[in-house]
Amino acid sequence: MEDMIVMDNVWKAYPNGVMALNGIDLSVGEGEFIYIVGPSGAGKSTFIKMIFRELKPTRGKIIVDHKNIATLRDRQVPYFRRKIGVVFQDFRLLPKLTVYENVAFALEVIEESPRVIKRRVMEVLDLVGLKHKVNSFPGQLSGGEQQRVSIARSICNRPPVLIADEPTGNLDPDTSWQIMDVFKRINEQGTTVVMATHNREIVNTIKHRVVALEDGMIVRDEEEGAYGYEA
Amino acid sequence: MKPRTLRRHINESVKSLGRNGWMTFASVGAVAVSLILVGMFLMVMFNLNKIAGDIESDVEVRVYVSQSATQAQTRQLGSDLKQIRNVQSVTYESKKQGLNNLMKSLGNDKSTFSDLKNENPLPNAYILKTDNPQQTTYVANKAQSLAYVSDVRYGKGTVEKLFHVINIARNVGIVLIVGLLFTSIFLIANTIKLTIVARRREIEIMKLVGATNSFVRWPYFIEGLIMGVLGSVIPVLMVFIVYHFVYYNLGASFSGMFISLIPYQTMTTNLSLLLVGIGAAIGVWGSLNSVRKFLKI
Repeated sequence: MEDMIVMDNVWKAYPNGVMALNGIDLSVGEGEFIYIVGPSGAGKSTFIKMIFRELKPTRGKIIVDHKNIATLRDRQVPYFRRKIGVVFQDFRLLPKLTVYENVAFALEVIEESPRVIKRRVMEVLDLVGLKHKVNSFPGQLSGGEQQRVSIARSICNRPPVLIADEPTGNLDPDTSWQIMDVFKRINEQGTTVVMATHNREIVNTIKHRVVALEDGMIVRDEEEGAYGYEA
Repeated sequence: MKPRTLRRHINESVKSLGRNGWMTFASVGAVAVSLILVGMFLMVMFNLNKIAGDIESDVEVRVYVSQSATQAQTRQLGSDLKQIRNVQSVTYESKKQGLNNLMKSLGNDKSTFSDLKNENPLPNAYILKTDNPQQTTYVANKAQSLAYVSDVRYGKGTVEKLFHVINIARNVGIVLIVGLLFTSIFLIANTIKLTIVARRREIEIMKLVGATNSFVRWPYFIEGLIMGVLGSVIPVLMVFIVYHFVYYNLGASFSGMFISLIPYQTMTTNLSLLLVGIGAAIGVWGSLNSVRKFLKI
């Protein structure tokens, strides 16, 4: 299995002196599904932000899809981001655009052709099971549906990596399982999925590799691991 | 850039200009006020420069004959002057004619000077015309070196005085205008900042899915450009109207003199282009200024 994400001795210090990551070494294979777990303030968000180059490491190498993004030039960042899908806890949809437009927006701003956009938007909305809601606005959808729109948007450009930061954090348990089902389908298509989560039940039920962070260090890395923290 | 993309950017800009209608109106108004003043100022400056140039290139050189010269010596001087290279014509003006001309040009005030008729202080003079304006200085210097010449006058002093006035006017005007232009830039930057704040989430998502900085920037660039150019419309109209009045009314009173105003067509064309250009520059500068901080990756 080829490596999709490699972190080599990655350190991150914030300007205020806080050390968020203290020497992370990790490699994630192509098509793998990993959970990032750990208590609040352990560095999960920083870790996630590093992968899509929202933050640069203070030290160390981060290789995503064979490219060291720690040394990536700013003007190259947009092209790199097209290879990474990102999903957030708060969905980040545009309220004045319909479901269809929200997904199409992501393709329009990278100047994809209208023909490709039309086909691809319907494809991903079908994948997340929202084909029948194309003309609804985010406000008319449930939280789970909104999150599925946001997932559809994140994968419409066929990124090899999907990053999710607490994707079920705002959702009730039932809906969370639906979201996990969508992730499973995306992962089965060969996309590498990195998911930071606090959802103990999901981690313990849908078994994948578990990486636990504490104080900016990896304290546990198990195949088919368990959540391991009290809820 | 693809035409489809450009169309998108223009749509976005127009939409957000409409959304912030009042701020847009205020910015466009500020640009308009500034450009009206810039326009009027430049109209005056261009003409002062032109007039100074006209005077400078006035071909007339007045050579005053020394009071002590006899008639024969005066006549001799006349023929010597004719010998100078580039002199086209030499006209004699006796002290009496000189006084008459002076009193004529003084108009109503001539009574004050009527005493002078008894004791005319003016010298006899020769008026030289050169073949072309560039030779004025050369001819004047040559004439100065001849015998029985008390003084040589040409446009020089007047031109220098005029340039002095122009310089002062220019400095005052520049300070005023720079202040106004900066106010306009500031207002435009603020208007665009509002639209950016309103679309923060949109920009965030754009950056997240890999839109380039220039893609994000374009609509704001266009927005600034539109505001700047809209702001120059009224000033341009003002230039056409005001200069029409100035040129065809005031300008007429200069006719017959050796100075003239810049032709209507030339002035309106150049000044309009200049004002639209300044408007566009202000708009673009203002908008790019406010987008910059929001684009950090």
